[in-house]
Amino acid sequence: MSEPIAVIEPAGPQGMVSLRADLSDRAVAQAVTAATGCAMPGPRRIVAAGGKAVAWMSPDELLLLVPHAEAPGVAAGLAEALAGTHHLATEVSDARAMFTIRGPGADDVVAKLCPVDVERLPEGEIRRTRAAQVAAALWRSGEGEISLVAFRSVAGYVERLLEVAAEGPRL
Amino acid sequence: MLILTCPCCGVAAEETELQPGGEAHLKRFGPGSSDDAFEAYMFARANPKGVHFERWRHAYGCGKWFLAARCTATLEVFGTYSAQTKEPPAEIVTKIRAKRPDWAGWSA
Amino acid sequence: MSTRLAQGGRLIDRQKPLRFTFNGLPMEGYEGDTMAAALLANDRMLVGRSFKYHRPRGIVASGAEEPNALVGLGEGARFEPNQRVTTTELFDGASAISQNHWPSLDFDIGAINARLARFLPAGFYYKMFIHPRPFWKHVYEPFIRQSAGLGRAPKDRDPDRYEQAYGFCDVAVVGGGVAGLAAALAAGRAGKRVWLMEQAAHWGGRAVVDGVTVDGAAAEDWVAAALAELGGMANVRVKARTMAAGLYDHGYLLAYERIADHTPGDGRPRHRLWRIRAGQVIAATGAIERPLAFAGNDVPGVMLASAVRDYAVNWAVSPGDRTVIVTNNDDAYRTALALADAGLVVPAVVDARACVTGALPQAVRDRGIRVLEGRGIAKVKGGKRVTGVAICAQAGEGSVLEEIGCDAVAMSGGWSPVVHLWSHCGGKLAWDEAGAMFRPDPARPPTGADGAAMVVAAGAANGHLQAADCLADAHAAGGGTGAAPTAVTEAEAPLEPVWIMPQGAGPALRAKMWLDYQNDVKVSDVQLAAREGYESVEHTKRYTTLGMATDQGKLSNINGLAVLSEALHQPIPATGTTTFRPPYTPISLAAIAGEAKGELFQPLRRTPMHDWHEAHGAYWEPVGHWRRPYCYQRSGEGIEDAVRREVRNTRNGLGLLDASTLGKIVVKGPDAGRFLDMLYTNMMSTLPVGKCRYGLMCNEQGFLSDDGVVARLSDDTWLCHTTSGGADRIHGWMEDWLQCEWWDWKVYTANLTEQFAQVAVVGPKARAVLEKLGGDIDLSAAALPFMHWAEGTLGGISARVFRISFSGELSYEIAVPAGQGRAFWEQLIAAGEDFGVMPYGTEALHIMRAEKGFIMIGDETDGTVIPQDLGLDWAISKKKADFLGKRGMERTHMTDPNRWKLVGLETPDGSVIPDGAYVPATGVNANGQKNTQGRVTSTYHSPTLDRGIAMALVLNGPDRMGEVLDIPGIDGKVYRAKIVSPVFYDPEGEKQNV
Repeated sequence: MSEPIAVIEPAGPQGMVSLRADLSDRAVAQAVTAATGCAMPGPRRIVAAGGKAVAWMSPDELLLLVPHAEAPGVAAGLAEALAGTHHLATEVSDARAMFTIRGPGADDVVAKLCPVDVERLPEGEIRRTRAAQVAAALWRSGEGEISLVAFRSVAGYVERLLEVAAEGPRL
Repeated sequence: MLILTCPCCGVAAEETELQPGGEAHLKRFGPGSSDDAFEAYMFARANPKGVHFERWRHAYGCGKWFLAARCTATLEVFGTYSAQTKEPPAEIVTKIRAKRPDWAGWSA
Repeated sequence: MSTRLAQGGRLIDRQKPLRFTFNGLPMEGYEGDTMAAALLANDRMLVGRSFKYHRPRGIVASGAEEPNALVGLGEGARFEPNQRVTTTELFDGASAISQNHWPSLDFDIGAINARLARFLPAGFYYKMFIHPRPFWKHVYEPFIRQSAGLGRAPKDRDPDRYEQAYGFCDVAVVGGGVAGLAAALAAGRAGKRVWLMEQAAHWGGRAVVDGVTVDGAAAEDWVAAALAELGGMANVRVKARTMAAGLYDHGYLLAYERIADHTPGDGRPRHRLWRIRAGQVIAATGAIERPLAFAGNDVPGVMLASAVRDYAVNWAVSPGDRTVIVTNNDDAYRTALALADAGLVVPAVVDARACVTGALPQAVRDRGIRVLEGRGIAKVKGGKRVTGVAICAQAGEGSVLEEIGCDAVAMSGGWSPVVHLWSHCGGKLAWDEAGAMFRPDPARPPTGADGAAMVVAAGAANGHLQAADCLADAHAAGGGTGAAPTAVTEAEAPLEPVWIMPQGAGPALRAKMWLDYQNDVKVSDVQLAAREGYESVEHTKRYTTLGMATDQGKLSNINGLAVLSEALHQPIPATGTTTFRPPYTPISLAAIAGEAKGELFQPLRRTPMHDWHEAHGAYWEPVGHWRRPYCYQRSGEGIEDAVRREVRNTRNGLGLLDASTLGKIVVKGPDAGRFLDMLYTNMMSTLPVGKCRYGLMCNEQGFLSDDGVVARLSDDTWLCHTTSGGADRIHGWMEDWLQCEWWDWKVYTANLTEQFAQVAVVGPKARAVLEKLGGDIDLSAAALPFMHWAEGTLGGISARVFRISFSGELSYEIAVPAGQGRAFWEQLIAAGEDFGVMPYGTEALHIMRAEKGFIMIGDETDGTVIPQDLGLDWAISKKKADFLGKRGMERTHMTDPNRWKLVGLETPDGSVIPDGAYVPATGVNANGQKNTQGRVTSTYHSPTLDRGIAMALVLNGPDRMGEVLDIPGIDGKVYRAKIVSPVFYDPEGEKQNV
């Protein structure tokens, strides 16, 4: 077997809160920044600060990444801050599984599974797509590192997919 | 492999990331409608060789529905646009007219 | 005999000998050889037998177009049939076996078919085996199946790894000849993101063999410099051994990279299938030489002239000491020169043209080689190898003028551009009279998403067969600025189309002129098809099987349609070509599967408690991509016994069900109530906070689509449970209506199915076990009555408790965060020990719901059933002006009082009616089938009642209580069943309401 071109690691419990709202509403931006310390991301962007991040998922949906233990509080806090504003804030930490793909071949791993021009994926962009047969979202989370989020029920499938794709050689 | 640009998030997605939704701009007929109107709403679908308006969902992406105008014969895409509209935008209609002078035009 | 020359061979390394076997015979070749070159070097002329007549066949070509030389490669699990030796790189230890013969390659019984050839003309099978009808299945088909077919299929699981990958580029250049290199250089220098791919392991195409001079240098050196420059460009990706298999809509190019075919077992993936989004494709795919149709043109030793040249120059292989060349063009004279350079004898060049005066023929004459003008080959002598040729006048009928002894024949009928990529997506072709070839018609290219051309053909693929034109064309195709590379070659005189040799050949000769070698289609077969009325080339193809073999007619199609055109007395463009379809050459099924095999064949969805079930004897049932325990088998216990135990234990004590797969969708907003009233047939806006309500969803036709319990969480928030299979579908359905119809309604949805683990705690001891877990939720009947919910903590885990029941027992469904699902489940198992807790699976769930007469989506419904059919009128609001499906239910057929409606069935003897059985009625329908009046939708043995119970849809069923029906099973038995209420157990609901 060839040397792996990247190391695949489950990222462990990751707090996540889904927020659906009018993203152009100033109250929404204030609540999100208050909860995460991150500025509002533009379309398809992910903004990170101080171990937290906010990702633009669709024109009316954000995904807030926070420490796992803080997620219920963040969801409740958003609901409180946005009382009177039409929105839906839900904790989805346990509905997802997150992996990091680290190494010189991280891009190749993605290129084997996702119909995405990963070579041209800029820092700070989150791309929602599919990994083989399941939905996924990915972004550059560090030097030579890509983070990938999928649904919890298929975590085993996705982990194995990534491991198989990480078998060398490089593309 | 069709490649359509989702107007909601800007991704040029390939067909495997999309879910097709059939003809666009259908008008719903509910209770009180005539049998003919309901039948047409339920079953009568345009199947043109040429300009066609379709619904697509960016299922493996932002999850939003959008509409596309394309030629079913050549697969030329004239444009994609928001699903929150009852008729194709004027600029797309103009573009189609320029490219397909013999097109009968859009009608509800 | 064919042999290895003492010197030369630009691709082989004589310092690196390789050992291989053919039919078990040890042979030797060199690194850089193809297996074809090595076989010829070992004088292996005969390599296979043809498909229909089992005629002896040898290597004809030197590349992907080879029709004959297919072998079984490798051994054991790595065995693979039908591999072309001309594209197989030799490696040490390779093994090949010939195919399609019995008992041996040299002596083959099936060759008797060749003697019978005149009784096996085109369409023979269609004509012969149609009568008598029953003979087809029992006599003819088994016989044909045994004698037909090429290699045998491998039996073992493929041990190799295969993968797919996605690529993106502005320009994909296909073909690594000088045209492809020139186009890639032009595009690369312009800064475009370029992919350059070549199907072979080596570069340069024909120019390096034919001694072309490019930009003042030998083609070989120019190619090396071009590759070095391209390799240094960050924006250019260069891929050898990569074949562009097909071009699809919107510029989607499928490319097949053969990574480790020549290094088996080295740990790398064997093949990689690339899906490339190309802004533009430059098809620099070259051209393929055409055979000539003369009698005996399939005898081993008859080869394409260009292939003979390739073997001599690239691999230092002589196909014979004496090679006669037969041609209708100047290019083939290069073969005469190459053979003469190698010190081999060319007894004559037989040229069909009456007057031959070009520079190349002159150079050949200058070597003292005879050039026979206006001549053709009347017949090739020899069986398993060429021994000579009989010469005739091309203009005549085949009278033999002289015989020339030789052991090889090099033939050239001109060249056909490789137009596959141009044609796959609808690019059209134009007939080039001068070149006697179809070439891409630039006025009618394949078009992409923007309506513009997405393919540019370049070089020989575009009909530019002369190196100078070819390079200029490719440079322009690549968007090159400045001067194109220049080439110097000898000028060539025009060819003369020759489709039959000699032109007046009679039936005996025409029946020995092969067009399609692999499928044994001859000139006489195509002519017969024309006489029998076949005018369309597509029909003729299927009738004669011309071009239907694994080579897809790369050598035969143009010759075949030219012969057809002549027979139909019409010009070639009026006949046209057959359709070019991907893949260009066969690709492995494993590459198409990619990673999707074994455990990755499909995603497997696991609930948070999946591993616990696995460890406790779960017998799995697939539910969509989920796996759910059907039951939990104990050691020595049968599946039916396990199911019965689980049902009884739940009814009498305590059962646990993993209900995590149920869909859980939150719907929130000022318009959420209004929205749910549209979605469900019943009223959800009036549901009080804290309560639950069972709801039905229909499609616009009024047919039941999903069901589940809705809980109102707060003033503006509802939680909708869906069926396990329906979660994603119903969430999509909601979003569809919100985004595309009612986009001004203020409603947000979120699919939280996977956020929660859900456990159904069921049975008389359900409350006791939950109270034992401890928590802050009052679970008493008064505080939490049936169809209410509450939230708090249970066993230290935050939980939402729904007092709902799908079994008719006292039941709580408890949702906890998925991450704590397994811990919660284990707490329940531990706490339940004193109460005799047992987990139960989906079959027990199904039986208990059927005992209660609860419907199951997909059992009682099949997409044509309205709620009224199931006696669910109570769940259809009369007050609402509109909901999805309301108008559909008002259609006359839906309001017809005579519909099949839900009832229970009870067998007097307690037997179980077969699932799906139909209830016959009197008379027959228009198709002569028995009329029916109902069908069984669910049927089980009830452990609770200890007899068979069933649910069925029966015509006017509820009005026919007590009637006895006769229901035939497919087992030949007739089951008697009495129509009863579908509620078999606890009709008053006393057990669930405690």
